[in-house]
Amino acid sequence: MAGVQVADHHIEPAPRRFLDGMTGASAATKTIVPTTSPSDAYISIQGLSKTFAGRNGTVQALTDINLDIADGEFVSVIGPSGCGKSTLLMLLAGLEPKTGGSLAIGGRPVTTPDPELGVVFQQDVLLEWRSALENIVLQAEIRGLDKKAATQRAKELLAMVDLARFADAYPYELSGGMRQRVSICRALLHEPRLLLMDEPFGALDALTRDQLQIDLLRLWSRRKMTVLFITHSISEAVFLSDRIVVMSPRPGRIEKIITVDLPRPRRLAMRESEAFLKFNHEVTDVFRSLGVLRDDPEEAM
Amino acid sequence: MVDITAVEAATTASAPRRDVKVPYALITLAGLLLVWELAARIFGLPAYILPSPSAIFAQLAIDWRMLAPHTGITVFEVLAGFLLSVLIGVPIAIGITYSRAFDEAVYPLIVGSQTVPKVALAPLLLAWFGYGMMPKVLIVFLVAFFPIVINSVVGLRSAPPQMIHLAKSMGASAAQVFWRFRLPQALPSIFAGMKLAIVLAVIGAIVAEFVGADSGLGYIIMIAGANFQIARQFGAIIALTIVGMLLFWAMTYIERRSLPWHISVRALQK
Repeated sequence: MAGVQVADHHIEPAPRRFLDGMTGASAATKTIVPTTSPSDAYISIQGLSKTFAGRNGTVQALTDINLDIADGEFVSVIGPSGCGKSTLLMLLAGLEPKTGGSLAIGGRPVTTPDPELGVVFQQDVLLEWRSALENIVLQAEIRGLDKKAATQRAKELLAMVDLARFADAYPYELSGGMRQRVSICRALLHEPRLLLMDEPFGALDALTRDQLQIDLLRLWSRRKMTVLFITHSISEAVFLSDRIVVMSPRPGRIEKIITVDLPRPRRLAMRESEAFLKFNHEVTDVFRSLGVLRDDPEEAM
Repeated sequence: MVDITAVEAATTASAPRRDVKVPYALITLAGLLLVWELAARIFGLPAYILPSPSAIFAQLAIDWRMLAPHTGITVFEVLAGFLLSVLIGVPIAIGITYSRAFDEAVYPLIVGSQTVPKVALAPLLLAWFGYGMMPKVLIVFLVAFFPIVINSVVGLRSAPPQMIHLAKSMGASAAQVFWRFRLPQALPSIFAGMKLAIVLAVIGAIVAEFVGADSGLGYIIMIAGANFQIARQFGAIIALTIVGMLLFWAMTYIERRSLPWHISVRALQK
């Protein structure tokens, strides 16, 4: 995809992306433009559905999901528990087979995990028998990459998330937030083009969560990478994303796609801005209209 | 935190916590021996019923040269049977974990066979294999096999689904998933099974020797008992106790060296 290839009638407004380390007008104006034809998008999801065979018949987890994601975009998927958002991630990761529709990453239909994929789960899933550094380098060992270069890069990543001193620490010596940072470094070691995150900060306390959101945005701005971020926190989705995909309860459908055109880099103070709160309200309103959120239990669904 | 509660439970069940202070335990032991010594002298118990500790140690000082080769034989039987149970038990556990058909065909039989008292098979094995090492090694194997299989299966099944998903997202092959993820994750549980098995293995060897043997510590205990050499019998029991302790400590040592990261080992080091 060429850098600035302006399309006449794009469906979505172009998500803006100001890169942290870049200066000058040329960098500031560099935006990634979603292409007009859906098949040209980096991730193309069309009519995707997933049913699980349960004990009491089949369960429809996802139905008719249509979504295109541009290269380098940060997209959050938000929805109530059981809306199938984690299932969507599993399908994208190639860890679960779809039951209908089509799903392609970089033009390649997804059947197995994409080679340019990094995944972060809600649990950090660090291997207890490996130090922080060894946990990160594991990614290179499994993929058969050069171990020396990988170790060097792992150290750089640890430094970027302020954990350089803990390279040789074992997971049991780290706090929950530190562990999740290590697991993010592990997902980024091989410089994946696509990062899938399944409620990565869901198990962390609020302050750690704020810090990790900032850390994540910093890592993302350093290099071109597409992020699909599953969450059930509205403000987290608004703070991080270029676009927010709001899903309805089971069977999971896309209820609304909201483009968040807040400037980048995003700052903590921005969360009190009127523009930020407007997006917060917009997402909240969708959930209210769906009956997922109700001020009053008697309020009509 | 990954879900390793099953492993932890298995570990704590079979690994006695060593937070007991050793010097105090030794003082208690010395006190008990003193009471025994005094009781034996004051009440003048005959040596063929209960010899005094001093008489037992005096006898042991004479007997130890004779006991040494017998101890060696018993230790050999224990180690041979134990190694056999590890070499066969762990692969069977792997088969049970990876193949549902194998699991359903074999696992219920292994669990069900536990209701058969293994030592009751000793006379049978003796009839089949004679008085040599073979039936003893087999009894040890049968006794040690079960805890190793059960604990290995628990351990190999303890890898959380997300860990396997992670491995697959990295493009790990089945072999990599096993060697890099499943097996290390299972090791604490496998060690718990082996520690339990090594203790049972000593019991198995002695009982097998009771039933029919011409050497080994179990044989000495039987013969000495028949000849009312109670002090010698105690000497053999002491040798046996030392063997059991050393084997257990050896297992614990290997475990500590292999799993410094595991919670059960960390608890010991505090």
